[in-house]
Amino acid sequence: MEDVVIIGTGPAGLSAAVYAARADLKPLVIEGTTPGGQLVVSYEVENYPGFPEPISGMDLMELFKKQAVRFGAKFLAGDVTAVKALDGDYLLNRGTETIETRTVIIATGALARRLPIPSEAKFYGKGVSGCATCDGAFFRNRDVIVVGGGNTAMEDAIFLTRFAKTVTIVHRREYLRAAPIEVEKARSNPKIQWMIPWVIEEITGDQLVTGATLRHTETGETRHVACDGIFVAIGHDPQTEIFRHLVKCDKQGFIKVQPWSAHTSALGVFACGDVCDPVYKQAVVAAGTGCMAALDAQKYLESK
Amino acid sequence: MASVLELDDGNFSETIKTGVTLVDFWAPWCAPCMMQGPIVEGVAKKVGSKAKIAKVNVDEAQQAANELGIRAIPTVILFKDGKPVQQFVGVTQEKALMSAIDEAQ
Repeated sequence: MEDVVIIGTGPAGLSAAVYAARADLKPLVIEGTTPGGQLVVSYEVENYPGFPEPISGMDLMELFKKQAVRFGAKFLAGDVTAVKALDGDYLLNRGTETIETRTVIIATGALARRLPIPSEAKFYGKGVSGCATCDGAFFRNRDVIVVGGGNTAMEDAIFLTRFAKTVTIVHRREYLRAAPIEVEKARSNPKIQWMIPWVIEEITGDQLVTGATLRHTETGETRHVACDGIFVAIGHDPQTEIFRHLVKCDKQGFIKVQPWSAHTSALGVFACGDVCDPVYKQAVVAAGTGCMAALDAQKYLESK
Repeated sequence: MASVLELDDGNFSETIKTGVTLVDFWAPWCAPCMMQGPIVEGVAKKVGSKAKIAKVNVDEAQQAANELGIRAIPTVILFKDGKPVQQFVGVTQEKALMSAIDEAQ
């Protein structure tokens, strides 16, 4: 029987691991679908306190992990596929294996959203991408589109100008959710063009993407644009499907936690990071709530 | 067969020409590729003589990657006698890769 099992290894899960390990709870950390979390695809992280120079998301998460390992956190690759409550404890399935634990810290984060059109799936990996840092280099001297209006979209667009001939940001409404500093960087980049408020209606091509049909969201006008790549950065959905029978979630699927705590609606189950954060979705916030989850789990175990 | 062959533009076509070959296209800057690597190594340990298991750093085999129309990594392609028979984009688990190899026999 484990005392603490942490699911997920983004900033939330790994911060929980550091705190739980330092409290001598010997946490077992299950790495999840994306070891290191969403941040590993960030080319440069500029807003994590303590790092005055930009650091790559992959390097930053490697440091998080090292710190957790130093205090004795144990790591297992793979993902949890099912959770069951049993007499106040919990049973987790990981592949064919069952893990018994007294507490669970859910730090499974959020998964990138896909475009809700059939042609997106058809061309995924054939010009449609969800990872600019992974796939940008395939678009040297080509024309690409970035879909989205948040920080990720701006950062992706700026990163892609290293390779692409032109980058067009397509966003469905005038308002951009991205931080003003990111928007300004994108606006002042001569390779970046804007199509706002437009949406992609159809992606065209034979084997590979060759263009897209766009629709103006106000006038209804449609236009076909030639392009070789389409990078999708339209936000993330919390990964909570396997927990919904166990803990209360909001309409969007985010796990509900009690204010100023990591307690979910189930005793002994805690949540931290983007999986329970419909508002901020920042690495530093995730790290903070990861700490809260570990401290709450520790207090819960002591009281039992 | 226990090890993963490392291919580049020089030996790519020759290697996939005969038999069943599973190729993992990756690059060091791609975080999800770092997850695919160990999965493919796991396949190599289990596959026996059913298939050759290889990886291609797309930086060192731009021609092969280009000809195959690879626009995202990790991409894993299963070849039979030189022809792609199945293609997986994004991190793909061992089970799916093993059953694709079995189907290609």
